[in-house]
Parts: sequence; C-alpha cells; structure tokens
Amino acid sequence: MSRVRRWLPGLLLVTPSIIAIAVFVYGMLGWNFKLAMTDQHDEISAGKFVGLTNFVSLWDQERWGISVRHAIVFTVVFVGGALALGWLLAFLMEKGIRGEGGFRAIYLFPMAISFVATGVVWRWLMNSGQDTQAVGLNRLLDGLGLGFLQNEWYRDQDWGMAAMAIPAIWQMSGYVMALFLAGFRGVPDELREAARVDGCKEWQVYRYIVFPFLRPVTLSALIILGHISLKVFDLIVSVSGKQIITDVPAVFMWVAVFDAHDPAKGATIASYIVLTVAVFVVPYLIWNARRENRS
Amino acid sequence: MRRRWMSAVAVTVAGLLSLSACGGGGDEKGTGSGQTATKQVEVFSWWTGPGEADGLKAMREIFQKQNPDLTFFDAAVAGGSGDKARALLSSKLQANQPPDTFQGHAGAELQGYIKAGKLEPLNSLYDELKLKDVFPQQLVDQITYEGNVYSVPVNIHRSNVLWFNPKVLKDAGIAAAPKTIEEFITDLAAVKKTGKIPLSIGSEWTVVHLMESVLLGSLGTDAYNALWAKGADWSGANVTKALNDFKTILSYAGPPQDDWQPAAKQVADGAAAFNIMGDWAYGYFHNAPDGGLGKTSKEDFDWAASPGTDGTFMWLSDSFTLPKGAPNKDGALAWLKVAASKEGQDAFNPKKGSIPARKDADKSLYTDYLEWDLAQWANDKLAGSIQHGVVANDAWKTAITEAVGLFLQSKDPAKLQQALVEAAKTNNQ
Repeated sequence: MSRVRRWLPGLLLVTPSIIAIAVFVYGMLGWNFKLAMTDQHDEISAGKFVGLTNFVSLWDQERWGISVRHAIVFTVVFVGGALALGWLLAFLMEKGIRGEGGFRAIYLFPMAISFVATGVVWRWLMNSGQDTQAVGLNRLLDGLGLGFLQNEWYRDQDWGMAAMAIPAIWQMSGYVMALFLAGFRGVPDELREAARVDGCKEWQVYRYIVFPFLRPVTLSALIILGHISLKVFDLIVSVSGKQIITDVPAVFMWVAVFDAHDPAKGATIASYIVLTVAVFVVPYLIWNARRENRS
Repeated sequence: MRRRWMSAVAVTVAGLLSLSACGGGGDEKGTGSGQTATKQVEVFSWWTGPGEADGLKAMREIFQKQNPDLTFFDAAVAGGSGDKARALLSSKLQANQPPDTFQGHAGAELQGYIKAGKLEPLNSLYDELKLKDVFPQQLVDQITYEGNVYSVPVNIHRSNVLWFNPKVLKDAGIAAAPKTIEEFITDLAAVKKTGKIPLSIGSEWTVVHLMESVLLGSLGTDAYNALWAKGADWSGANVTKALNDFKTILSYAGPPQDDWQPAAKQVADGAAAFNIMGDWAYGYFHNAPDGGLGKTSKEDFDWAASPGTDGTFMWLSDSFTLPKGAPNKDGALAWLKVAASKEGQDAFNPKKGSIPARKDADKSLYTDYLEWDLAQWANDKLAGSIQHGVVANDAWKTAITEAVGLFLQSKDPAKLQQALVEAAKTNNQ
C-alpha cells in the first residue's frame, strides 16, 4: 500500500497529459501521415492508399521548389543572424557593462511579442515604396541621405526572404543572447584565472577556455532557432499574406488545405515539415540523452 | 499525505474535464440553449465590417418584425472575403453541425458543398416566391448547378470597374476613359511619360482581379463565358493574345502595395492614374474619413467599365444557403424569404454599398455610383468573376491564383497559359 502511495499520485498527475499527448500529438501525426499516403484530393471522396506518390509528385510542382528555396534562404539568414547577433550582445554584456539588467530586459523584450504583432509592424517598416512613395525604413534611409540603400525588402524576387528574416532576427536574438550569457557565466572563474597564470593572453583565454564551453549552448540555440524557422508561418502571413513571392512550406500547406481543399496534398507538405524538423531535433535528443547518461 | 492525494485527484479530474470540454465544444447550441434551439435561427456570415454589419442589422430587423416567434442568432465571423469564416464553416459542416443558414459567394464556390451533399436545393423556394422572374435570367443560369439552385443571392457587386483620377488623365492629355484594351495600353504609356504611376496594383489577389478584367476585355463576353463550360479549351490563340495584353498592361504597374486599399488610395491621391478593382472601392473613396477617404466623385476619382468590357457586367454576389440537416429548417426558410425579398434587399444594399440582385429594386435608394451600377445591371450581359468565386470552384481558383503568382516572377505568358490550360483540365471535368 505504501509503495502504491508513492507512485500512484504521480502517475495520476501525469496521466491526463500522457493521454492528451498520445491522442493530440502522436495520434494526429500518425493520422496525418496516413492521409498523406492517400489520394483524397477533395473533402468528399474516401481516398485510397497510394503509397508515396504524393511525396514524389510534390517535387514536380514549381511552387513547391520555390517555397523550399525560400525556407532555406530564410533559415540560413535567420539562424545565422540571430546566433551572430545574440552571441555578440552576450559577449559585450559579459565584458561587464553598467546597468546590465536593464539592457538584458531590453534585448529580451521582443521575445514577449507574438510574431503576428512583429509582422504587422515590420510590414509597414519594410514597405517597398521608394522616394516620394516611401514609408518606414525606406523613408528613414531617404531622410538620412542614404536613398541609394532603399530597396524592395521582402518583395525582392531573389533575396526577399533574407529581408523577411530581419524581423525574426530582431525578435529572437535577445533570447539567444540570454542563452549565451548563461553559457559565459557557466565558465568557472578558476579556469580563466589558471589560464591567465599560465600565460594565456586574453583572446587565448576565450579561444581555448570560454568558447569550448559554449558549444552545447550553441547547439541548443541552433536547434531551437532551426525548428522555429522551418515551421515559420505566422510572421510570413502577417507581413505578406499568402503570396508566392514569400511562399514557404507552411503557407503552401495552408493554401492546399483551406483554399484548394486538397487534404492529401496539405498532409504531404505537413509531413515534409515534420520530417525536416525531426532531422534537426532527433539527433539532438539522442546526443542529449547520451550525455545525461554519462554524467 | 492525504492532501497530496486530494490535489492529485483534483488535477486529474480537472484535466479530464478540460479534455471532454474540447471534444464537446462544437455543439454548445444543442446543450446550452436547450428549448430555445428550435426557435432560434443561427445565421452564419462574415459581415462584421462597417456598412455590411449595418446592412445585416437592417435585414435582421425586418426578419424579427415578420417572425416574432423566431430569434435571430448572429454567428458572424470577422475577416474580409470570409477566409476565416469559411475555414470554421467547413469544420462545422464536416462534423454535421451546420448553422441554420450560411453566407457564401454565389456560384462555383459553393460547388464543394454541393458535391459533398451538404446543401439542400432551393428550387421549390424559387418557385414559391417566383424568384426566376425577378432575378436576371443569366444570373439564375449561372448559379444553377446540374439543374438545381442552391442559394439566394442578396447583393451584387461589380468586378470590372476601371477607377481613374481625372486630373492625372488630363495632365497626360487623355480626354476620356479608354474603351478598348489597345486604347488602355496607349493611355498607360501616355501616363508613364508624365512620371506618375500608370496603373496601381496591390497584393497577388488584386493581380488576379486585374487578369479577369483583361481576359474579359480582350476575349469578349461570349468567349470568356465559354472558358468555364465543361471541357473548354484554354490553349487558343485568343487566350494567348489576352495574356500577352495582360503582360503588357502589367509592365506599366507601379510597385505592388500591401492590399487593394493602398493601391486604390494612390489613384485618389493623384499618385497613380488607373486602378482596376471591384466596386467596393467606391465606398472606400467616397465614405467619410473614419471609414474611407472622403473624396468627391467625378472630381477626385471617376470610373468606367474596365477597358473592352462596356456592356458586360462581371458580377459577384453574396448569397444565403440551406444546409442539409439544419436544426431549424423553417426558421432558415423564413430568413431566406427575407433575404430574397425586395424589402430585405433594399434595406441591406444601400448600407453595404452594393445593389440588389432583384430587377425591381427601388431606384431612388441608389445614388451616384450605385445608380450607374444599377442601370448597368439591368441592361448588361453577365459574366462571372474568377477571383470572387463565381465561375471557378475553390481548387480551380487556387490553381489560377498560383499560376498568376508564378507569372509575376517569371513574366512568361506562354508558361502562364500552359498553367491555366492544366488548371482547367484538372478542375473542369
């Protein structure tokens, strides 16, 4: 009885969430994959099993190629930009700055805003009007005498998605900074002291002592940003809606399901998104589990 | 120890309750209002904006007066053109929990629901109210699907309107609005020389909107209407020419704006000469500054049929339907009768800024643009809009939108035509 008393309350406590996750996460995922392997291309027909046909035929569609390319450009610029900026901010903070708490709050604060609000503001900031039509950033550049820097932002056909990453960087780099700052603070002072006693120059202390300590933090940040970036939807929709010029897989999926009423196609795109995210996350989870076992 | 037990049980129960609440969220009408459910009429629409919500309210008052024993339940979901409302609606219909009546664009947009067997035919209502005599014959033809009518059109909007700024035209030496596509292209070039934006455009869907007017203007009404017949051929030379015209016209377009309003505003402000947009732009131009731009018609802005389409009315319409298994069918029919009546339509439309589908409307209620609109509706040939769900069903329309979006990148009309041919083949059998 007393043994039951030990584990039963705990089990009861987590049971609802286990059931909810089993049904609403893994059950739905399974259902989605099943749907993706049928030919149910409207909402009425029953749909027969067709294997991986949908997964192959998607690559014949020009729009899919474009949205994948956009997702890659966005991910590279966003993850790279947020890591670099977040690292730089943390590095400067770590050097000791007056009113650090205040700065930390300021940089972290954008994270409290939803991507939708960010998108609405940046849609205006990144308006493509120029010269007399300029508003937002182009107006600012024009006013500063830097008119030649005015550009079309997210409407640029080749690099629009890089511009689209700017609001995301703005929003997430504070969070990356907080991660890195914790990483910097986790380096024991004794190690730094010892290195200095051994005759390390300051940059060598960083190169050989501090940066190696940041590797796990960098990896965590990479995973977190990577999966946000591959699933990005709200930001894109609030900046430009569902236009091809900024199409990404998640938006394409929405159009396939709710505009074209093609459940199988939508499920196929959703499967690709899940699989891509899994490629990022699963190795990380394995690596993490191994590390925890070791310690 | 005991307290831990109790809290664990409490949390578990709370968790299970919230789970079951998720499952039962859809049918609050059945359980919540109990007895009143039979008397209540749930009307599902996306009329929440200024003007349209007032129109709905006016129609609702007539409904209440005529049916004192029924309660009107307004299930409106915000969001222009109904994207969000339709997403919610399709989940309700799939769960077989339809509202008593719902709003939908008349025409092919309803085909999905019809094929899924979600709608009741309204032929008997049409016969009872003699609606075939008061709606234009072509309208009834164009919303008939396999011999049945499934919706009651409440209002009519016009898609093929060319809005222009008279002052900008005068500066460019243009005497009158262009009558044909060729004149339009000449005029665009003339405006370009003055340094103004010849043609303003908004986001992607406004370009699809532009394309439907150019197709209609270049092909002519009969050839355009023939494109939507079963097995129609999109690969003809006339379509090639129309798409080349479209490309030429688009080459005079200014930088794309965020939506139709900023594009229309460029015309009203005198930054751009022309804009092709539906007649909801009139309300935006004309209304007082809290909901519009407060401009004077014929002076700050003017309109004409879009080039090459004079004598043809490219229409779109909001309509109400009767879903299968509506909880209160008699109530829904009572609502449809109000929506179809002269009184109901004349109450709704002046407020919404559209015209009634009926031919016998009270003309004195419609002034300025609407007066012109009403006269055109009475006399013109009719053609259905692509972008606004009349001629192409959702899947087809999405394919066309996608083709136009890709064309904006490639600028290759041959590829656009190929994509349109494919879209017609897959979706029009």
